[in-house]
Amino acid sequence: MNLGTNSEFGTRLAALVVLGLVLPALLAGQIAPHDPEKARPELRLKSPCLDYPLGTDQLGRCIFSRIVFGMRVSLFIGLAVVLLSAMMGIILGGAAGYFGGVLDEAIMRVVDAFLAFPSIFLALAVIGFLGSGLTNLLFSLILVEWTGYARLMRSGVLALRGKEFLEAATGLGASNLYIMRRHILPNVLPSLLVMATLGMGNAILGAASLSFLGLGIQPPTPEWGAMMNDARPFIRAFPLMMIFPGIAITVSVLAFNLLGEAIRIRLDPRSEMRNES
Amino acid sequence: MLAFILKRIILLLPVLLLVSIISFTLFYLSPGDPAEILLTGPQGPPDPAAVQEFRERAGFNDPAYVQYLRWLTKACHGDLGYSYTSGERVSDAVLDSFVPTLKLSLISLIISLLISIPLGILSAVRKGSLIDGLGMVLALLGISVPGFWLAYLLIILLALQLDVLPVAGYGQNGDLQHMILPAVTLGASAAAVTSRMMRSSMLEALQQDYITAARARGLSERSVVLRHALRNALLPVITVIGLNFTYLLNGSAVVETVFAWPGIGNLMTYSIYDRDYPMILGCMLFLAMLFLALNLMVDICYYYINPRTRHESGD
Repeated sequence: MNLGTNSEFGTRLAALVVLGLVLPALLAGQIAPHDPEKARPELRLKSPCLDYPLGTDQLGRCIFSRIVFGMRVSLFIGLAVVLLSAMMGIILGGAAGYFGGVLDEAIMRVVDAFLAFPSIFLALAVIGFLGSGLTNLLFSLILVEWTGYARLMRSGVLALRGKEFLEAATGLGASNLYIMRRHILPNVLPSLLVMATLGMGNAILGAASLSFLGLGIQPPTPEWGAMMNDARPFIRAFPLMMIFPGIAITVSVLAFNLLGEAIRIRLDPRSEMRNES
Repeated sequence: MLAFILKRIILLLPVLLLVSIISFTLFYLSPGDPAEILLTGPQGPPDPAAVQEFRERAGFNDPAYVQYLRWLTKACHGDLGYSYTSGERVSDAVLDSFVPTLKLSLISLIISLLISIPLGILSAVRKGSLIDGLGMVLALLGISVPGFWLAYLLIILLALQLDVLPVAGYGQNGDLQHMILPAVTLGASAAAVTSRMMRSSMLEALQQDYITAARARGLSERSVVLRHALRNALLPVITVIGLNFTYLLNGSAVVETVFAWPGIGNLMTYSIYDRDYPMILGCMLFLAMLFLALNLMVDICYYYINPRTRHESGD
Protein backbone atom coordinates (compact mmCIF):
# COMPACT_ATOMS: atom_id res chain seq x y z
CA MET A 1 0.00 0.00 0.00
CA ASN A 2 3.00 2.30 -0.12
CA LEU A 3 2.20 4.58 -3.01
CA GLY A 4 5.40 6.55 -2.62
CA THR A 5 7.80 3.81 -3.59
CA ASN A 6 5.59 2.15 -6.13
CA SER A 7 3.47 4.75 -7.85
CA GLU A 8 3.02 2.68 -11.00
CA PHE A 9 1.32 -0.04 -9.01
CA GLY A 10 -0.64 2.52 -6.98
CA THR A 11 -2.05 4.22 -10.06
CA ARG A 12 -3.02 0.92 -11.66
CA LEU A 13 -4.68 -0.34 -8.49
CA ALA A 14 -6.64 2.87 -7.98
CA ALA A 15 -7.65 3.01 -11.64
CA LEU A 16 -8.83 -0.58 -11.38
CA VAL A 17 -10.96 0.19 -8.33
CA VAL A 18 -12.46 3.24 -10.02
CA LEU A 19 -13.23 1.09 -13.06
CA GLY A 20 -14.82 -1.38 -10.66
CA LEU A 21 -17.16 1.44 -9.64
CA VAL A 22 -17.93 2.78 -13.10
CA LEU A 23 -18.82 -0.59 -14.63
CA PRO A 24 -21.58 -1.50 -12.16
CA ALA A 25 -22.96 2.02 -12.56
CA LEU A 26 -23.18 1.58 -16.34
CA LEU A 27 -24.47 -1.98 -16.16
CA ALA A 28 -26.70 -1.45 -13.12
CA GLY A 29 -29.74 -2.79 -14.97
CA GLN A 30 -27.93 -6.05 -15.80
CA ILE A 31 -26.24 -6.56 -12.42
CA ALA A 32 -29.03 -5.70 -9.99
CA PRO A 33 -31.27 -8.72 -9.40
CA HIS A 34 -34.34 -6.63 -8.54
CA ASP A 35 -36.01 -3.32 -9.31
CA PRO A 36 -34.40 -0.89 -6.81
CA GLU A 37 -37.62 1.04 -6.26
CA LYS A 38 -40.15 -1.78 -6.14
CA ALA A 39 -41.57 -2.20 -2.65
CA ARG A 40 -42.64 -5.63 -1.39
CA PRO A 41 -43.98 -4.98 2.11
CA GLU A 42 -44.30 -8.71 2.83
CA LEU A 43 -40.50 -9.04 2.49
CA ARG A 44 -39.47 -6.11 4.68
CA LEU A 45 -36.20 -6.11 6.69
CA LYS A 46 -35.10 -9.53 5.48
CA SER A 47 -31.57 -10.66 6.39
CA PRO A 48 -29.19 -11.41 3.52
CA CYS A 49 -30.07 -14.57 1.61
CA LEU A 50 -29.44 -16.02 -1.86
CA ASP A 51 -32.24 -14.10 -3.53
CA TYR A 52 -31.48 -10.82 -1.69
CA PRO A 53 -27.68 -10.81 -1.21
CA LEU A 54 -27.72 -7.86 1.21
CA GLY A 55 -31.25 -8.26 2.52
CA THR A 56 -34.20 -5.90 2.12
CA ASP A 57 -35.04 -2.49 3.58
CA GLN A 58 -38.07 -1.23 5.52
CA LEU A 59 -40.25 -1.36 2.38
CA GLY A 60 -38.98 -4.75 1.21
CA ARG A 61 -36.72 -3.30 -1.50
CA CYS A 62 -33.55 -5.18 -2.41
CA ILE A 63 -30.63 -3.41 -0.69
CA PHE A 64 -28.05 -4.82 -3.11
CA SER A 65 -29.95 -3.51 -6.14
CA ARG A 66 -30.34 -0.13 -4.46
CA ILE A 67 -26.62 0.08 -3.77
CA VAL A 68 -25.77 -0.81 -7.39
CA PHE A 69 -28.17 1.80 -8.74
CA GLY A 70 -26.94 4.23 -6.07
CA MET A 71 -23.52 4.08 -7.70
CA ARG A 72 -25.09 5.63 -10.79
CA VAL A 73 -26.57 8.49 -8.76
CA SER A 74 -23.33 9.16 -6.89
CA LEU A 75 -21.16 9.08 -10.00
CA PHE A 76 -23.54 11.39 -11.81
CA ILE A 77 -23.49 13.89 -8.92
CA GLY A 78 -19.72 13.64 -8.66
CA LEU A 79 -19.16 14.21 -12.37
CA ALA A 80 -21.64 17.05 -12.62
CA VAL A 81 -20.24 18.86 -9.59
CA VAL A 82 -16.63 18.40 -10.68
CA LEU A 83 -17.23 19.51 -14.27
CA LEU A 84 -19.34 22.54 -13.42
CA SER A 85 -17.28 23.74 -10.48
CA ALA A 86 -14.04 23.25 -12.41
CA MET A 87 -15.45 25.24 -15.31
CA MET A 88 -16.55 28.05 -13.02
CA GLY A 89 -13.23 28.06 -11.16
CA ILE A 90 -11.12 27.88 -14.31
CA ILE A 91 -12.91 30.80 -15.95
CA LEU A 92 -12.97 33.05 -12.90
CA GLY A 93 -9.53 32.10 -11.56
CA GLY A 94 -8.03 32.32 -15.05
CA ALA A 95 -9.50 35.77 -15.60
CA ALA A 96 -8.26 36.91 -12.19
CA GLY A 97 -4.71 35.76 -12.84
CA TYR A 98 -4.57 36.83 -16.48
CA PHE A 99 -6.02 40.31 -16.25
CA GLY A 100 -4.88 41.09 -12.71
CA GLY A 101 -5.64 44.46 -11.14
CA VAL A 102 -9.08 45.30 -9.86
CA LEU A 103 -10.68 42.24 -11.45
CA ASP A 104 -8.19 39.95 -9.71
CA GLU A 105 -8.74 41.71 -6.41
CA ALA A 106 -12.54 41.49 -6.76
CA ILE A 107 -12.66 37.83 -7.77
CA MET A 108 -10.21 36.71 -5.11
CA ARG A 109 -12.10 38.53 -2.36
CA VAL A 110 -15.24 36.66 -3.45
CA VAL A 111 -13.24 33.42 -3.26
CA ASP A 112 -12.10 34.37 0.25
CA ALA A 113 -15.69 35.09 1.26
CA PHE A 114 -16.86 31.67 0.05
CA LEU A 115 -13.96 30.03 1.86
CA ALA A 116 -14.99 31.80 5.06
CA PHE A 117 -17.98 29.46 5.42
CA PRO A 118 -17.35 25.96 6.74
CA SER A 119 -18.03 23.98 3.57
CA ILE A 120 -20.82 21.68 4.72
CA PHE A 121 -22.60 24.60 6.41
CA LEU A 122 -22.46 26.61 3.19
CA ALA A 123 -24.04 23.70 1.32
CA LEU A 124 -26.60 23.28 4.10
CA ALA A 125 -27.48 26.97 4.03
CA VAL A 126 -27.97 26.97 0.26
CA ILE A 127 -30.34 24.02 0.55
CA GLY A 128 -31.95 25.49 3.65
CA PHE A 129 -32.85 28.68 1.82
CA LEU A 130 -33.55 27.34 -1.66
CA GLY A 131 -35.01 23.91 -0.84
CA SER A 132 -33.83 20.33 -1.34
CA GLY A 133 -33.73 18.32 -4.57
CA LEU A 134 -31.16 17.42 -7.20
CA THR A 135 -30.65 20.89 -8.75
CA ASN A 136 -30.14 22.66 -5.45
CA LEU A 137 -27.93 19.82 -4.22
CA LEU A 138 -25.66 20.24 -7.24
CA PHE A 139 -25.73 24.03 -6.92
CA SER A 140 -24.79 23.90 -3.24
CA LEU A 141 -21.87 21.53 -3.84
CA ILE A 142 -20.62 23.61 -6.79
CA LEU A 143 -20.59 26.73 -4.60
CA VAL A 144 -18.43 24.81 -2.13
CA GLU A 145 -16.02 23.32 -4.66
CA TRP A 146 -15.35 26.04 -7.23
CA THR A 147 -13.02 28.09 -5.02
CA GLY A 148 -10.30 25.43 -5.09
CA TYR A 149 -10.14 25.43 -8.89
CA ALA A 150 -10.19 29.23 -9.01
CA ARG A 151 -7.21 29.50 -6.66
CA LEU A 152 -5.30 26.78 -8.49
CA MET A 153 -5.96 28.30 -11.90
CA ARG A 154 -5.01 31.77 -10.74
CA SER A 155 -1.70 30.69 -9.25
CA GLY A 156 -1.00 28.63 -12.38
CA VAL A 157 -1.56 31.66 -14.58
CA LEU A 158 0.54 33.90 -12.33
CA ALA A 159 3.42 31.43 -12.49
CA LEU A 160 3.34 31.61 -16.30
CA ARG A 161 2.87 35.35 -16.66
CA GLY A 162 5.79 37.02 -18.39
CA LYS A 163 7.15 33.76 -19.82
CA GLU A 164 8.66 34.15 -23.30
CA PHE A 165 6.31 31.78 -25.07
CA LEU A 166 3.34 33.85 -23.94
CA GLU A 167 4.96 37.05 -25.14
CA ALA A 168 5.72 35.36 -28.43
CA ALA A 169 2.08 34.34 -28.77
CA THR A 170 0.94 37.88 -27.99
CA GLY A 171 3.45 39.21 -30.49
CA LEU A 172 2.04 36.95 -33.16
CA GLY A 173 -1.34 38.51 -32.53
CA ALA A 174 -3.02 35.72 -30.59
CA SER A 175 -6.14 36.76 -28.73
CA ASN A 176 -6.41 36.53 -24.94
CA LEU A 177 -8.88 33.70 -25.15
CA TYR A 178 -6.63 31.77 -27.55
CA ILE A 179 -3.61 32.19 -25.29
CA MET A 180 -5.57 31.03 -22.27
CA ARG A 181 -7.00 28.02 -24.05
CA ARG A 182 -3.93 26.89 -25.99
CA HIS A 183 -1.00 27.97 -23.84
CA ILE A 184 -2.08 28.40 -20.24
CA LEU A 185 -4.70 25.70 -19.69
CA PRO A 186 -2.48 22.79 -20.86
CA ASN A 187 0.17 23.90 -18.38
CA VAL A 188 -2.21 23.93 -15.43
CA LEU A 189 -4.13 20.84 -16.52
CA PRO A 190 -2.16 18.22 -14.54
CA SER A 191 -2.83 19.93 -11.21
CA LEU A 192 -6.45 20.47 -12.20
CA LEU A 193 -6.74 16.76 -12.94
CA VAL A 194 -5.54 15.85 -9.46
CA MET A 195 -7.95 18.30 -7.88
CA ALA A 196 -10.83 17.02 -10.01
CA THR A 197 -10.15 13.39 -9.05
CA LEU A 198 -10.09 14.26 -5.35
CA GLY A 199 -13.13 16.46 -6.00
CA MET A 200 -15.12 13.42 -7.15
CA GLY A 201 -14.65 11.89 -3.71
CA ASN A 202 -15.56 15.16 -1.98
CA ALA A 203 -18.72 15.59 -4.02
CA ILE A 204 -19.88 12.00 -3.40
CA LEU A 205 -19.24 12.41 0.32
CA GLY A 206 -20.96 15.80 0.43
CA ALA A 207 -24.01 14.57 -1.46
CA ALA A 208 -24.27 11.53 0.81
CA SER A 209 -24.04 13.70 3.95
CA LEU A 210 -26.77 16.03 2.77
CA SER A 211 -28.99 13.16 1.63
CA PHE A 212 -28.40 11.47 4.97
CA LEU A 213 -29.87 14.56 6.63
CA GLY A 214 -32.85 14.25 4.27
CA LEU A 215 -31.81 17.40 2.43
CA GLY A 216 -30.34 15.98 -0.76
CA ILE A 217 -31.65 13.26 -3.04
CA GLN A 218 -35.21 12.44 -2.03
CA PRO A 219 -36.75 8.95 -1.73
CA PRO A 220 -37.50 6.67 -3.47
CA THR A 221 -34.38 7.34 -5.60
CA PRO A 222 -31.66 4.95 -4.42
CA GLU A 223 -28.92 7.13 -2.94
CA TRP A 224 -26.48 5.83 -0.32
CA GLY A 225 -26.83 8.69 2.15
CA ALA A 226 -30.61 8.61 1.85
CA MET A 227 -30.55 4.82 2.35
CA MET A 228 -28.67 5.33 5.61
CA ASN A 229 -31.22 7.92 6.66
CA ASP A 230 -33.93 5.28 6.03
CA ALA A 231 -31.98 2.87 8.21
CA ARG A 232 -31.92 5.11 11.29
CA PRO A 233 -35.11 3.78 12.95
CA PHE A 234 -33.95 0.18 12.43
CA ILE A 235 -30.45 0.57 13.84
CA ARG A 236 -31.24 -1.83 16.68
CA ALA A 237 -33.27 -4.38 14.76
CA PHE A 238 -31.30 -4.47 11.51
CA PRO A 239 -27.93 -2.68 11.74
CA LEU A 240 -26.74 -4.19 8.42
CA MET A 241 -29.10 -1.83 6.62
CA MET A 242 -26.95 1.03 7.94
CA ILE A 243 -23.62 -0.73 7.41
CA PHE A 244 -23.87 -1.72 3.72
CA PRO A 245 -24.47 1.71 2.14
CA GLY A 246 -21.68 3.12 4.32
CA ILE A 247 -19.26 0.57 2.87
CA ALA A 248 -20.30 1.63 -0.62
CA ILE A 249 -19.62 5.31 0.16
CA THR A 250 -16.29 4.58 1.83
CA VAL A 251 -15.04 2.35 -1.00
CA SER A 252 -15.94 4.81 -3.75
CA VAL A 253 -14.58 7.89 -1.98
CA LEU A 254 -11.45 5.94 -1.07
CA ALA A 255 -10.99 4.87 -4.70
CA PHE A 256 -11.06 8.46 -5.96
CA ASN A 257 -8.78 9.65 -3.17
CA LEU A 258 -6.29 6.89 -3.98
CA LEU A 259 -6.42 7.66 -7.68
CA GLY A 260 -5.95 11.39 -7.08
CA GLU A 261 -3.04 10.76 -4.75
CA ALA A 262 -1.46 8.33 -7.22
CA ILE A 263 -1.80 10.78 -10.12
CA ARG A 264 -0.30 13.53 -8.00
CA ILE A 265 2.75 11.47 -7.10
CA ARG A 266 3.22 10.39 -10.70
CA LEU A 267 3.05 13.93 -12.01
CA ASP A 268 5.33 15.30 -9.35
CA PRO A 269 7.37 12.64 -7.56
CA ARG A 270 8.86 15.24 -5.24
CA SER A 271 5.44 16.02 -3.76
CA GLU A 272 5.67 12.82 -1.76
CA MET A 273 8.58 14.31 0.11
CA ARG A 274 7.06 17.70 0.58
CA ASN A 275 3.63 18.70 1.68
CA GLU A 276 0.90 16.28 0.94
CA SER A 277 -1.99 17.23 3.12
CA MET B 1 3.18 43.31 15.58
CA LEU B 2 0.29 45.71 16.04
CA ALA B 3 0.69 46.99 12.49
CA PHE B 4 0.55 43.41 11.25
CA ILE B 5 -2.67 42.67 13.13
CA LEU B 6 -4.25 45.93 11.97
CA LYS B 7 -3.33 45.18 8.38
CA ARG B 8 -4.90 41.75 8.62
CA ILE B 9 -8.10 43.12 10.10
CA ILE B 10 -8.39 45.78 7.40
CA LEU B 11 -7.93 43.10 4.75
CA LEU B 12 -10.76 41.16 6.38
CA LEU B 13 -13.31 43.95 6.07
CA PRO B 14 -14.16 43.50 2.36
CA VAL B 15 -14.36 39.74 2.91
CA LEU B 16 -16.80 40.26 5.80
CA LEU B 17 -18.90 42.54 3.64
CA LEU B 18 -19.00 39.92 0.87
CA VAL B 19 -19.86 37.21 3.40
CA SER B 20 -22.85 39.28 4.51
CA ILE B 21 -23.90 39.90 0.90
CA ILE B 22 -23.71 36.19 0.00
CA SER B 23 -25.68 35.24 3.11
CA PHE B 24 -28.34 37.87 2.63
CA THR B 25 -28.72 37.07 -1.07
CA LEU B 26 -29.47 33.43 -0.26
CA PHE B 27 -31.89 34.54 2.45
CA TYR B 28 -33.57 36.96 0.04
CA LEU B 29 -33.91 34.26 -2.65
CA SER B 30 -35.65 31.82 -0.30
CA PRO B 31 -39.18 30.95 -1.36
CA GLY B 32 -42.13 31.80 0.84
CA ASP B 33 -43.26 35.13 2.18
CA PRO B 34 -41.85 35.96 5.62
CA ALA B 35 -44.87 38.13 6.39
CA GLU B 36 -47.19 35.25 5.69
CA ILE B 37 -45.08 32.83 7.74
CA LEU B 38 -44.98 35.23 10.68
CA LEU B 39 -48.70 35.97 10.63
CA THR B 40 -49.81 32.35 10.18
CA GLY B 41 -51.14 31.26 13.53
CA PRO B 42 -53.02 28.23 14.79
CA GLN B 43 -56.23 29.66 13.27
CA GLY B 44 -54.96 29.10 9.72
CA PRO B 45 -53.72 31.34 6.90
CA PRO B 46 -53.78 35.06 7.66
CA ASP B 47 -55.94 37.75 6.08
CA PRO B 48 -54.30 38.96 2.82
CA ALA B 49 -54.92 42.58 3.74
CA ALA B 50 -53.16 42.12 7.06
CA VAL B 51 -50.24 40.47 5.28
CA GLN B 52 -50.00 43.40 2.88
CA GLU B 53 -50.11 45.89 5.72
CA PHE B 54 -47.47 43.96 7.66
CA ARG B 55 -45.21 43.80 4.60
CA GLU B 56 -45.44 47.55 4.23
CA ARG B 57 -44.84 48.20 7.92
CA ALA B 58 -41.92 45.75 8.27
CA GLY B 59 -40.31 47.02 5.09
CA PHE B 60 -40.61 43.79 3.08
CA ASN B 61 -41.76 45.82 0.08
CA ASP B 62 -38.59 47.90 -0.04
CA PRO B 63 -35.99 47.20 -2.72
CA ALA B 64 -33.52 44.42 -1.92
CA TYR B 65 -30.58 46.72 -1.21
CA VAL B 66 -32.58 48.79 1.29
CA GLN B 67 -33.57 45.61 3.11
CA TYR B 68 -29.96 44.45 3.02
CA LEU B 69 -28.63 47.69 4.48
CA ARG B 70 -31.29 47.68 7.20
CA TRP B 71 -30.44 44.07 8.08
CA LEU B 72 -26.69 44.79 8.01
CA THR B 73 -27.04 47.78 10.33
CA LYS B 74 -28.95 45.64 12.80
CA ALA B 75 -26.54 42.73 12.44
CA CYS B 76 -23.62 45.04 13.21
CA HIS B 77 -25.35 45.87 16.49
CA GLY B 78 -25.70 42.17 17.27
CA ASP B 79 -29.39 42.01 16.37
CA LEU B 80 -29.96 39.07 14.04
CA GLY B 81 -33.73 39.10 14.31
CA TYR B 82 -36.11 36.54 15.78
CA SER B 83 -36.77 32.89 15.06
CA TYR B 84 -39.83 32.21 12.92
CA THR B 85 -40.73 29.16 14.99
CA SER B 86 -39.87 29.84 18.62
CA GLY B 87 -39.76 33.65 18.58
CA GLU B 88 -36.42 33.45 20.40
CA ARG B 89 -33.68 35.97 19.62
CA VAL B 90 -31.47 34.41 16.93
CA SER B 91 -28.27 35.73 18.48
CA ASP B 92 -29.13 34.13 21.84
CA ALA B 93 -30.02 30.79 20.28
CA VAL B 94 -26.83 30.71 18.20
CA LEU B 95 -24.59 31.60 21.14
CA ASP B 96 -26.37 29.09 23.41
CA SER B 97 -25.87 26.32 20.89
CA PHE B 98 -22.24 27.23 20.40
CA VAL B 99 -21.31 26.29 23.98
CA PRO B 100 -21.98 22.54 23.49
CA THR B 101 -20.24 22.66 20.10
CA LEU B 102 -17.18 24.30 21.60
CA LYS B 103 -17.11 21.73 24.41
CA LEU B 104 -17.32 18.86 21.95
CA SER B 105 -14.74 20.44 19.64
CA LEU B 106 -12.19 20.88 22.42
CA ILE B 107 -12.43 17.25 23.52
CA SER B 108 -12.29 16.11 19.87
CA LEU B 109 -9.29 18.34 19.30
CA ILE B 110 -7.45 16.74 22.21
CA ILE B 111 -8.30 13.27 20.91
CA SER B 112 -7.17 14.13 17.40
CA LEU B 113 -3.88 15.68 18.56
CA LEU B 114 -3.17 12.71 20.84
CA ILE B 115 -3.48 10.45 17.81
CA SER B 116 -2.01 12.60 15.07
CA ILE B 117 1.15 14.04 16.62
CA PRO B 118 2.72 10.74 17.77
CA LEU B 119 1.55 8.97 14.62
CA GLY B 120 2.97 11.74 12.43
CA ILE B 121 6.32 11.72 14.21
CA LEU B 122 6.64 7.93 14.06
CA SER B 123 5.65 7.87 10.38
CA ALA B 124 8.31 10.44 9.54
CA VAL B 125 11.10 8.91 11.63
CA ARG B 126 10.37 5.42 10.36
CA LYS B 127 9.55 6.50 6.82
CA GLY B 128 8.57 3.55 4.63
CA SER B 129 8.07 1.23 7.61
CA LEU B 130 4.97 -0.69 8.60
CA ILE B 131 3.78 2.08 10.90
CA ASP B 132 4.20 4.65 8.12
CA GLY B 133 2.11 2.46 5.82
CA LEU B 134 -0.47 2.02 8.54
CA GLY B 135 -0.57 5.77 9.05
CA MET B 136 -1.11 6.25 5.33
CA VAL B 137 -3.98 3.76 5.25
CA LEU B 138 -5.59 5.32 8.32
CA ALA B 139 -5.24 8.80 6.83
CA LEU B 140 -6.81 7.74 3.55
CA LEU B 141 -9.60 5.95 5.38
CA GLY B 142 -10.10 8.94 7.63
CA ILE B 143 -10.84 11.28 4.74
CA SER B 144 -12.98 8.68 2.95
CA VAL B 145 -15.21 7.34 5.73
CA PRO B 146 -18.36 9.43 6.14
CA GLY B 147 -18.53 10.79 9.69
CA PHE B 148 -22.16 9.75 10.13
CA TRP B 149 -21.31 6.17 9.20
CA LEU B 150 -18.43 6.01 11.66
CA ALA B 151 -20.82 7.45 14.23
CA TYR B 152 -23.31 4.65 13.66
CA LEU B 153 -20.59 1.98 13.66
CA LEU B 154 -19.54 3.22 17.10
CA ILE B 155 -23.17 3.34 18.25
CA ILE B 156 -23.82 -0.19 17.03
CA LEU B 157 -20.66 -1.56 18.64
CA LEU B 158 -20.33 0.38 21.89
CA ALA B 159 -23.84 1.52 22.70
CA LEU B 160 -26.02 -1.29 21.35
CA GLN B 161 -23.87 -4.45 21.38
CA LEU B 162 -21.63 -3.81 24.39
CA ASP B 163 -23.98 -1.32 26.05
CA VAL B 164 -21.18 0.62 27.74
CA LEU B 165 -22.03 4.13 26.50
CA PRO B 166 -25.27 6.04 25.90
CA VAL B 167 -26.57 6.05 22.31
CA ALA B 168 -27.13 9.79 22.09
CA GLY B 169 -28.13 12.90 23.97
CA TYR B 170 -26.57 15.66 26.04
CA GLY B 171 -26.96 13.94 29.42
CA GLN B 172 -26.40 16.02 32.53
CA ASN B 173 -25.27 19.24 30.90
CA GLY B 174 -23.00 17.44 28.46
CA ASP B 175 -21.17 14.98 30.68
CA LEU B 176 -18.17 12.98 29.54
CA GLN B 177 -20.14 9.76 29.04
CA HIS B 178 -22.36 11.35 26.43
CA MET B 179 -19.45 13.15 24.88
CA ILE B 180 -17.15 10.18 24.20
CA LEU B 181 -18.82 8.77 21.08
CA PRO B 182 -19.31 12.05 19.19
CA ALA B 183 -15.86 13.26 20.22
CA VAL B 184 -14.16 10.08 19.04
CA THR B 185 -16.07 10.23 15.75
CA LEU B 186 -15.01 13.81 15.09
CA GLY B 187 -11.50 13.43 16.50
CA ALA B 188 -10.68 10.35 14.43
CA SER B 189 -11.42 11.96 11.08
CA ALA B 190 -9.59 15.16 12.01
CA ALA B 191 -6.59 13.10 13.13
CA ALA B 192 -6.39 11.47 9.71
CA VAL B 193 -5.57 14.73 7.99
CA THR B 194 -3.36 16.22 10.65
CA SER B 195 -1.19 13.14 11.14
CA ARG B 196 -0.12 13.44 7.51
CA MET B 197 0.60 17.15 7.98
CA MET B 198 2.65 16.37 11.06
CA ARG B 199 4.53 13.73 9.09
CA SER B 200 5.48 16.04 6.20
CA SER B 201 6.46 18.81 8.56
CA MET B 202 8.63 16.38 10.54
CA LEU B 203 10.19 15.01 7.35
CA GLU B 204 11.09 18.51 6.27
CA ALA B 205 12.61 19.33 9.64
CA LEU B 206 14.67 16.13 9.61
CA GLN B 207 16.30 17.14 6.32
CA GLN B 208 17.63 20.45 7.61
CA ASP B 209 21.34 21.08 8.05
CA TYR B 210 21.06 21.55 11.81
CA ILE B 211 19.85 17.97 12.10
CA THR B 212 22.91 16.73 10.25
CA ALA B 213 24.97 18.93 12.55
CA ALA B 214 23.27 17.50 15.62
CA ARG B 215 23.87 13.97 14.39
CA ALA B 216 27.51 14.83 13.61
CA ARG B 217 27.95 15.98 17.19
CA GLY B 218 27.01 12.47 18.18
CA LEU B 219 23.68 13.21 19.84
CA SER B 220 21.39 10.27 20.34
CA GLU B 221 18.68 9.77 17.73
CA ARG B 222 16.08 10.32 20.41
CA SER B 223 17.50 13.71 21.25
CA VAL B 224 17.87 14.64 17.59
CA VAL B 225 14.25 13.82 16.86
CA LEU B 226 12.57 15.07 20.00
CA ARG B 227 14.69 18.08 20.91
CA HIS B 228 15.89 19.40 17.58
CA ALA B 229 13.52 18.31 14.86
CA LEU B 230 10.25 18.25 16.79
CA ARG B 231 10.56 21.83 18.01
CA ASN B 232 10.69 23.11 14.48
CA ALA B 233 8.25 20.59 13.13
CA LEU B 234 5.69 21.67 15.72
CA LEU B 235 5.53 25.17 14.25
CA PRO B 236 3.03 24.23 11.57
CA VAL B 237 1.01 22.42 14.24
CA ILE B 238 -0.58 25.76 15.06
CA THR B 239 -1.93 25.75 11.55
CA VAL B 240 -2.87 22.14 12.19
CA ILE B 241 -4.92 23.12 15.22
CA GLY B 242 -6.69 25.77 13.20
CA LEU B 243 -7.31 23.30 10.41
CA ASN B 244 -8.50 20.74 12.93
CA PHE B 245 -11.11 23.13 14.23
CA THR B 246 -12.28 23.66 10.67
CA TYR B 247 -12.64 19.93 10.29
CA LEU B 248 -14.37 19.51 13.61
CA LEU B 249 -16.88 22.28 12.92
CA ASN B 250 -17.58 20.87 9.48
CA GLY B 251 -18.13 17.41 10.89
CA SER B 252 -20.34 18.73 13.67
CA ALA B 253 -23.24 19.42 11.28
CA VAL B 254 -23.92 15.75 10.72
CA VAL B 255 -22.38 14.18 13.83
CA GLU B 256 -24.29 16.44 16.22
CA THR B 257 -27.51 15.53 14.48
CA VAL B 258 -26.77 11.80 14.81
CA PHE B 259 -25.96 12.09 18.52
CA ALA B 260 -28.69 14.65 19.28
CA TRP B 261 -25.96 16.92 20.66
CA PRO B 262 -27.55 20.37 21.08
CA GLY B 263 -24.81 22.29 19.26
CA ILE B 264 -24.77 24.66 16.34
CA GLY B 265 -24.75 21.85 13.75
CA ASN B 266 -27.90 20.46 15.28
CA LEU B 267 -29.48 23.94 15.42
CA MET B 268 -28.66 24.50 11.75
CA THR B 269 -30.16 21.17 10.63
CA TYR B 270 -33.37 21.61 12.60
CA SER B 271 -33.73 25.22 11.48
CA ILE B 272 -33.60 23.94 7.91
CA TYR B 273 -36.28 21.32 8.65
CA ASP B 274 -38.44 24.09 10.17
CA ARG B 275 -37.70 26.62 7.41
CA ASP B 276 -36.58 28.99 10.13
CA TYR B 277 -34.74 31.31 7.74
CA PRO B 278 -33.51 33.96 10.21
CA MET B 279 -31.97 31.19 12.30
CA ILE B 280 -30.19 29.66 9.27
CA LEU B 281 -28.89 33.10 8.36
CA GLY B 282 -27.71 33.66 11.92
CA CYS B 283 -25.85 30.34 12.09
CA MET B 284 -24.24 30.98 8.72
CA LEU B 285 -23.03 34.44 9.62
CA PHE B 286 -21.79 33.38 13.03
CA LEU B 287 -19.81 30.44 11.64
CA ALA B 288 -18.21 32.52 8.90
CA MET B 289 -17.13 35.15 11.43
CA LEU B 290 -15.83 32.42 13.71
CA PHE B 291 -13.83 30.93 10.86
CA LEU B 292 -12.33 34.25 9.84
CA ALA B 293 -11.43 35.03 13.45
CA LEU B 294 -9.87 31.58 13.82
CA ASN B 295 -7.74 32.07 10.72
CA LEU B 296 -6.69 35.48 11.95
CA MET B 297 -5.65 33.99 15.28
CA VAL B 298 -3.64 31.28 13.54
CA ASP B 299 -1.90 33.91 11.43
CA ILE B 300 -1.09 36.02 14.46
CA CYS B 301 0.24 33.04 16.45
CA TYR B 302 2.32 31.98 13.52
CA TYR B 303 3.70 35.46 13.11
CA TYR B 304 4.48 35.66 16.80
CA ILE B 305 6.21 32.30 17.02
CA ASN B 306 8.03 32.17 13.70
CA PRO B 307 10.27 35.22 13.24
CA ARG B 308 10.90 34.36 9.60
CA THR B 309 7.40 35.38 8.52
CA ARG B 310 7.94 38.88 9.91
CA HIS B 311 10.28 39.79 7.12
CA GLU B 312 8.04 38.41 4.43
CA SER B 313 5.02 40.34 5.63
CA GLY B 314 7.04 43.48 6.24
CA ASP B 315 7.07 44.50 2.61
